[in-house]
Amino acid sequence: MHAATAPRPPRLGSGARFDLRHRLRTLAGHWSQELVVLGAILVLFVVVGAINPMFLSAANIGNLFAGNAYIAVAAIGMSMVIICGHIDVSVGSLIGVLAMVSGSIAVAGYPVWLAWLAPVVIGALVNAGMGALVAYGRIPSIVVTLGMYSILKGGLISVTGGVWISSLPPGFMIAQFRWFGIASTVWFMVVLTILAALWMRYSVQGRSIYALGSNAEAARASGIRTGPTVVMVFAIHGLFAGIASVLFATQLQVIQSTVPANLELTIITAAVVGGVSILGGRGLVVGATLAAILFATINSSLIFLNVSAYWLRAVQGLLILGTVLADIARRRASL
Amino acid sequence: MSALPTTSEPVPAPLPKTASVALRSLLRHETVLAVLLALVLAVLASQSDRFFTLDNLLNQGRLMTEVSLVALAMTFVIITGGIDLSVGSIFGLAAILLGVFWQKLGIPLPLAMAAALCVGVLAGLVNGLIITRFGVPPLIATLATLMLYRGLAEGISEGRSVRGYPEWFLDLAQGEWLGIPNQLWVLWACAVAAGVLLATTTWGRATYAIGANETAARFSGIATARTKLLIYSASGLMAALAAVIFVSRVSTTRSDMGSGLELDVITAVVLGGTSIFGGRGTIVGTVLGLAVMQALKNGLSLAGVKGDGTIIVIGLILIGAIFISNLFNRDGDG
Repeated sequence: MHAATAPRPPRLGSGARFDLRHRLRTLAGHWSQELVVLGAILVLFVVVGAINPMFLSAANIGNLFAGNAYIAVAAIGMSMVIICGHIDVSVGSLIGVLAMVSGSIAVAGYPVWLAWLAPVVIGALVNAGMGALVAYGRIPSIVVTLGMYSILKGGLISVTGGVWISSLPPGFMIAQFRWFGIASTVWFMVVLTILAALWMRYSVQGRSIYALGSNAEAARASGIRTGPTVVMVFAIHGLFAGIASVLFATQLQVIQSTVPANLELTIITAAVVGGVSILGGRGLVVGATLAAILFATINSSLIFLNVSAYWLRAVQGLLILGTVLADIARRRASL
Repeated sequence: MSALPTTSEPVPAPLPKTASVALRSLLRHETVLAVLLALVLAVLASQSDRFFTLDNLLNQGRLMTEVSLVALAMTFVIITGGIDLSVGSIFGLAAILLGVFWQKLGIPLPLAMAAALCVGVLAGLVNGLIITRFGVPPLIATLATLMLYRGLAEGISEGRSVRGYPEWFLDLAQGEWLGIPNQLWVLWACAVAAGVLLATTTWGRATYAIGANETAARFSGIATARTKLLIYSASGLMAALAAVIFVSRVSTTRSDMGSGLELDVITAVVLGGTSIFGGRGTIVGTVLGLAVMQALKNGLSLAGVKGDGTIIVIGLILIGAIFISNLFNRDGDG
């Protein structure tokens, strides 16, 4: 495990000036996609706010963050999976299933903490199982998660029969709590992002995820136990999906038996637009959170600009394509 | 069933390796799949006497045509090491534009059909250009166009469906020729063409070469970018063709048509033994994968299992088939 320490810029010994430039470039290389996304969010706020000042109202900004925080939370776990060199297309269905589990427990009269905890534990266990199939069954992650997507989606509909869960106990609605005047979902998003970012940056396990994603052979040769690491990454991803599902389940008065269409794709896209390389080994969880906020801002902007709801997704797609192309162009220019 | 192996052939005594080669070819993925298909068919036939009737089998063929056409092109895409997640959206876009061209713009229906196919090619070409010109990973490029094309379909249709197609158009996918549903002839022609193209032509070899090692393929003089452009365009074309057939079969057009199609298609192709990492796969395998999936869907619905239960079984089969195939091919690249 000692081999998985943080990579340092090589010392070239040709004076401080060169070193500084190198450091700056390393910093830009690490941060620029996150800065691009952050810039895009700010530009949207300024432009849309100038056109329609209502956009900048505290209520709208509050809703914008609170209503989409669960996507950011799920995108954190997804970033880890992608950085590790894998992918998970089943997370949308998993969130739907776990939300139903959570609601059923709450309605059945069990203590509220159990309704919050159960989805997190189940999510971690289910995804650890998928991780084990990937690591020890040697099945590519896209195949395992594609199969799991079918199983969970079919399972969700056949178990619930499409019935929504309503009359949830008020104490269960954790997403509607406010702590220090700020919605609890925003607290979850911010705190989990910071914790995950620190863990990925400084812990041995976090570094080994990067090592595994950039070169699995080299990681194995340097003493990283690849199997357990993959299982761990998937389990943590399941844990985040569980938290996201509780936030999703408790934000409305009912729990629907469906999740937003293409939720898994939104989550994957958030990670990628946030600068996580789909080839593995590169990216920061902060970027994924920022990208999830960017998507929420885009959606809200389009509504405030009176774009027809029918054209929402086309504009979204175009913007995402634009962000991806800009990222590629930037990376080429920096080579 | 061409993958049936050479078990009865005498094995030369001094070459123990040949035995293991023969054993391995016996345990090829296609063989595992063929055995699985035979098992499924046998179980289903014993469960329901309605399953093994010509009418039912032909009807199943009719139902699986759309997914199958897209899966044929997807086999090429995945063998190059790529993926095309946007096929479901291209399917929806082509279906909507077919209706809009004909009803709103007053273009004659045959021309509108041709135009819808052109839209499919164009959409695939855009995918290919994003992937080859800008070097965007196929997963990301087609994820973005998945949203874009579906968004265009929703925007153009504004949620309205198009109905009232003429009788001759509906007859295209509801009628039959020589007792066989029309679209099955199309599917067979496409499957044979795809099989021959992939297995025997230099173009097919180029497809494998790109998937096995793209850099090496380029240095060996293969026009990798052009080949990939053609393959992604073909994928768009097949999605549009499937859409035209689907519209004719269900007599209506909606913007949400084909959502989730990409997962069905990819499941069938991967179930058929095409490596998701590229470089390996056959059309025979894809056809077997499609047959297993459709037989399961039909058999389970005959047995009274609802559609959602069927999805679960397909997911289990996908994971199980790749798992078993991996067990038998320890040295393979999985």
